[in-house]
This record gives sequence, C-alpha cells and structure tokens, in this order.
Amino acid sequence: MKRLVIITFLASLGYGQGNAEHGKVVFEKLYCSACHGHDGQGGSSGPRIGTKPPAVAVLIAYVRKPAGGMPPFTAKIVSDADLTDIHAYLSSRPAPPALKDVPLLNQ
Amino acid sequence: MAKSTKTSFARRGFLKGAAVGAAAGATALVSTPQQANAQAPAAPTRGAAPPSAAQVEAERNAGSGAPPFIERPGADYMIDVIKSLGVEYFIANPGSSFRGIHESLVSYGGNKPEFITCNHEEIAAAMCNGYAKIEGKPAVTAVHGTVGTQHAAMAIYNSYCDQAPMIVLAGNRRDSSERRSYVEWVHSVQDAAAMVRDYTKWDDNPGSLEHWGESMVRGYHLATMAPQMPVMLVCDEDLQEDPYPDNFKGHIPKLPVNVQPAIDAGTANEVAKMLLAAENPVILTGKAARTPKGVQLLVELAELLQCAVVDQKRRMNFPNRHPLNQTLRQRPVLQQADLIVGLEVWDFYGSIHTLGGRFKTEARSITKADAKLISISANDLFFKSNYQTFFRNTEVDMSVAADGEASLPALIEAVKRQLTDDRKRTLAERGKKLGEAQKQALEQTRVAASQGWDSSPISTARMSMELYGAVKNEDWSLVSDSFWVSNWPQRLWDMNKHYHYIGGAGGEGVGYLAPATVGAALANKKYGRLSVSIQPDGDLMYQPGALWTAAHHRIPILILVHNNRAYHQEIMQLQRMAGQHNRGFEQCGIGTTITDPNIDYAKVAQGLGVEAFGPVTNPAELGPAIKRGVEVVKSGRPYLIDVVTQGR
Ligand code: HEC
Repeated sequence: MKRLVIITFLASLGYGQGNAEHGKVVFEKLYCSACHGHDGQGGSSGPRIGTKPPAVAVLIAYVRKPAGGMPPFTAKIVSDADLTDIHAYLSSRPAPPALKDVPLLNQ
Repeated sequence: MAKSTKTSFARRGFLKGAAVGAAAGATALVSTPQQANAQAPAAPTRGAAPPSAAQVEAERNAGSGAPPFIERPGADYMIDVIKSLGVEYFIANPGSSFRGIHESLVSYGGNKPEFITCNHEEIAAAMCNGYAKIEGKPAVTAVHGTVGTQHAAMAIYNSYCDQAPMIVLAGNRRDSSERRSYVEWVHSVQDAAAMVRDYTKWDDNPGSLEHWGESMVRGYHLATMAPQMPVMLVCDEDLQEDPYPDNFKGHIPKLPVNVQPAIDAGTANEVAKMLLAAENPVILTGKAARTPKGVQLLVELAELLQCAVVDQKRRMNFPNRHPLNQTLRQRPVLQQADLIVGLEVWDFYGSIHTLGGRFKTEARSITKADAKLISISANDLFFKSNYQTFFRNTEVDMSVAADGEASLPALIEAVKRQLTDDRKRTLAERGKKLGEAQKQALEQTRVAASQGWDSSPISTARMSMELYGAVKNEDWSLVSDSFWVSNWPQRLWDMNKHYHYIGGAGGEGVGYLAPATVGAALANKKYGRLSVSIQPDGDLMYQPGALWTAAHHRIPILILVHNNRAYHQEIMQLQRMAGQHNRGFEQCGIGTTITDPNIDYAKVAQGLGVEAFGPVTNPAELGPAIKRGVEVVKSGRPYLIDVVTQGR
C-alpha cells in the first residue's frame, strides 16, 4: 500500500513509470498519432509532443480539457493509467538530430 | 437549332437517300451531297447548286461504283479554328458524340493539337487544369454532352475555382430524327452545358459552323480574360459530320489581344499613398502572379515599399526565401498590420479571422480594429450565386475590380512617383527587420522539420527534404500542392520561379492531383523541366489511370506517393465529432483508413506502364530511391515511389 502511494506520487510528479509499449498502442488506437505524428513529432495538425512531452499531470490535465483544435479525451475514453503509458511512450522517442548534422535541412 | 435551307443537308438523310438510290439502280449514288439531298424524299427543300470540280470527281467515282463521300466535313473547319488559337493539346477520352472532331483532328489536322489519350473525362479535364497553371493558356478537352460531362464535372469545377482556363467541347446530337440507336438517345441532351453552367464562365450551343467558329474564338477570349475560367462549347454532331454548307467560306474569326482589367491611375495613386503612409503594410497574395512577369512585378513593388508579403500558397507568387516574404510569420504580421492590400485573395475573411469554437463557429478578427483593408481582384468582375466561391463578406475599405497582376505596373509607377528619399531610408529599416524575423522563422521551421527525422512511417518533412535535395540543382517544378505534407516544401524549399509551385485543387475536389500533375508535367515537358509531385494516396486512387497517360505519352514526372494509408483528414474530422460527443475515438478508422489490404502503389503504377519502386518504409532508403527516380525522369519517362508516411 505504501509503495503504491509512492508510485502514484512519483507518477503525479511526472516520473511516470508508464509502460511505453502499451502507451504506443493506445496512442495509435485513439489516433493521437493522426494529429501529432506516430512519434509525436508534430506537423500542421498538432504540435510536437514527442521526446519531451509535458509532465504526466500536465499532459493528463491538458488532454481532458485541451485548447484550440484538439478534441477532449475524458476519463470515459482514456484512463489516467493509459495516458501515463502514452507519456512514457512519448518520452521514449529519440531526440531529433542536431540541425548541423542534417545537410538536407541546410539547403 | 434551325438550319438554313442552304445548310439543311442532312448527312444521314443523304446516306439514306443514297441507299435508296443504290437499290434503284445506282444512278442516285453519283450525287454530291446537295444533289443527294435534293433527291431525298425526306428533304425536298434542299437546293441544287451547279456541280463543282469535286462533284464532278464524285460523279466519276460514283460512276465507277465507289460510294459517295463527304469531302469537307464541318469538323475540319472546327479543327482549323482550334489550330488558329495555338492550342497545343486536345486532351480527352474518346467519345462517339465528338467522333467527327476526333477524326478531323487526327487525319485532316495531322494530330495537331496533339490528342492526349485519357482513361476518364475527369482525368482529361484535370489535366487541362494543371496544364493551364503552368502554360498560362487553355488546352481543349472534349466530352459527351451527357455522361462525359457528368464525369468531367468535378474537374471543371476545380478549374473554375482555380481560375484556370480550359475549353470544354461537348458532343451532342440535337436533331432527334438523326439519332440512330437508343445509345444516341441517352447520350443526347437539350442543354448540355446546363450541368456545368454554374461553374463555367460562358457556354454556347452553336447552330451553324459560322456560329461555332465565332463562339470558339469568343470562348477562348473569355476563358483567358481575368478571372480566367473554363468555357463550354457544344458541338452538334450534325455540324461536325455534315459537309460545309454552300457558300461557307470557313472564315476564322480574329482573336483579339486580351488587355486584362487593371486599376486606373487615380486609384493606383490613392492606394500607393496609403501604402507609403502605413507603418506596417502587408501585401496579401492569393493568385497575384498569373504569369512569370507577375512574380517580377510583385518583387519590384514589395522592394520599393520594403513591406511584408504574405502568400496564401495558391501558387508561386513571391519567392519564399525573399527577406520580405513573411508567410512563415503570417499570424503576427497580419496582427500588426495597419494596412492589408489583397491581390487576388482567396477567402479574405478567412485570412484575417480565426474560425474556432468547439460546437458553433466563432469568428474572431486577428487584425487591428483600425487596420485598413483593400482588395484588388478580378473576382469582383464575375459573380455567380449558386456555388459559394465568393466567401464571407469582408468589410474592406476599398474594393478594386481589376486583375491583380495587371494592376501591378500602375501601382509600381504610383509608388515610385510618391516615394521620397527620406521615406526610402525608413522603409529600408523596416525591410531589414522583416528580413531578420524571416531568418529566425526559417530556423525554427528547420528545427520543427528535424523532429521525427528518422521515424518510420517516414515523416513528411523528411520526404519533402529528400525530394528537394535530389532536385534542387535541376530545373524543377513542384506540380502538386504542399498542404497535405504540412506545407514543408512551401516552408523550406527555395521557390523563386513561377513554375516552382502551382497550388492544389481549386475546389478541393479530391481526384484532382494525379491527373492535374500529369497535365502540368505535360506543359513542363517542352521546357525540359523536371516535374515532381507529392501525391497523396487517397487522391491517387480516384484516377490512377492518369499514370497510364503519363506512360503512354512519355510525360516525365517523378511521383512520390504520400502513402499514409488513410483519408487522413477524415480521421481528424471524425475525431472532432467524437470529441463533441465524448465517444468513439477508437472507431475513427472505420471508413477512413486504406488498409487491409495495403495498396501496393508500385505495382499499381507498374501495371499502368510506369516504372516504380516501393513501398519505402525506411527513411534511409528514400534518398537513393529518389535519385534513381530522377535519372529515369530525366530520360523522359515517369517514375513513381511509394513512400509510407505519417499522416501529414
Ligand atoms: C484532431 C487532432 C488531435 C488529436 C486526435 C489529438 N491532438 Fe493533441 N493537440 C492537437 C492540437 C491542434 C493541439 C494544439 C492545440 C492548441 O494549442 O491550439 C494539441 C495539443 C496537445 C498537447 C499539448 C502540447 C503542448 O505542448 O502544449 C498534448 C500533450 C496533446 N495534444 C496530447 C494528445 C494526446 C495524448 C492525444 C490522444 C489521446 C491527442 N493529443 C490527440 C491536436 C490533436
């Protein structure tokens, strides 16, 4: 019980212990990927959220009551646990290469 | 459609009469059309002209038992008129209701303009749309007045919205007594152009060859006068197939030089005064540059004013690496503007408002309350009611009914006259700041493009930049739009020539892109340009037959299929609904995804005669594949690469 409390506490701070693999499944299943890209890289339909997503609690709060063009995902649609997994997946996405290392982006 | 007595010879009556004559002993067969008519019981009023040399010749042939012929069908004249207009291509799917024109073109006309064979009328019309956007002039397409027009209709609508001229010829047999089979009945119509009248500039249904010639030239003239649009000319089958009427000289009407409607000097002075006085003026461009000259003029005006230019990406109007191009900073630039001068702007209202709201649309102006707005557009010269291409009323301060590009010289002159050295110095400061801001925005865009650089499915930024890397040292032309790939080409490619970018489907009618890009590539061919296209998978499946046309006519084009395996936008539309109803996000793939089975676009292309490669899922393999493709295209053939991509 004590451990669970600690984990929940850590998770709420953003040290999400979420399961990245399952997070990927949910991210695709709910089509978050349609707007944010499969790796959360962003594009014209949604901002970048991969690699360095907002803290879990912030992400959950945002997804429940988003701004602008993003539809809200309530607890009926996606649980906090699943969003924590999504957070873990997004955090696991590799950082993009430095611009100077990509000649194609310097043409 | 009343026929004059002089022209009342009916081809089929003639053949019928001839058959009767043959049965009676062949003497009637010696007749020329006129004589045969005179003999035909069904057409007693037809006159008998004195025999011409041709008639004498026909008589001699007939005497030897040869059947009679029509020496000079009306369609020959139609081809003469079309040729006189300098039309390069006759792009069509063949159809019996314009077989007369078709045969005259390929035989009498020596296949000039060249017949471009298409598998569908929509392909043909969309090809004309793409062709016009590169070449700046119309191609001709032909359709059945009924089923062919129905097929071509969406592409005609796209062209209408896109302000791309084209000439649509519609075959039709008006005279019911001349229709042979039920097919001709169901392919005939009282008013063929009715179906497209709401989205063509003009149409006519000529009753004589003389009338046809006048209307063809008038149609060409109107189609190319701003705002440029499609026109339809109905081609009665009897007119096509009957011989020249007596005394018809085949006169070809003169095509006038089109002087496009331009701003008057007084108004230009007034606009120039406002532009020079404003602190943060913005030139907002929709289709400001109709021609290559338009790009030069726009650069000249913007440089004189050292003001921001924001482009709506409807075509290349203004070089996107020019320091004054502030398209990447559209929002803040428009917010700060105290004067916005729109040149051929598309949806002015939507450009200066956000249209948010979860349920009902909430429009909010993004401009300053006292910002002045001026619209210069030929759209004000041409209005129709049914299709809503006029957009929400924008409260502009001045609306100038004139063509954007044609108005630039007067604006430039007026600005030059009023520009003082003092003002020049201040303006140069403004220009410098804009240039710096643009540089920063470009850098941020590059960072954004690096996100997911190595992802699979391949990011649209990676795909776009791999393509650019492979063609940037060639004389390239991007013939697809960039909307579906987060506008990366618009944002990151160095576009500075008129043909570097031609925008997308005017009416947002899906199915435009595959054929329109092939049409644009056809126009680029004679200049030796390397046409490249980023082709969404959903659009390709509407008219994949366009690939066959590219193969058949050796139209060089490199096509990268942006294969996100979905009608991706529609997934997002369903998500919006799901979000409104608090349900069903997992079901948003039903009816919107193109999987199970995945379509193998390389095989589709190969089956249609186009060399192809893919599917490419590993971003590291994309660059080499594109290089191979470029080589094939440079040798004059089309090439397709299936790239499995992220949504947008
Ligand atoms: C229909 C498109 C769409 C879908 C689906 C979607 N988003 Fe978003 N998302 C957006 C847009 C657009 C924004 C930016 C909204 C704004 O600021 O105007 C956004 C913003 C966000 C942000 C905030 C980013 C930031 O840095 O502020 C997060 C986190 C996020 N989305 C996560 C998700 C997750 C997780 C899902 C799936 C459960 C999801 N989104 C589904 C379009 C979408």
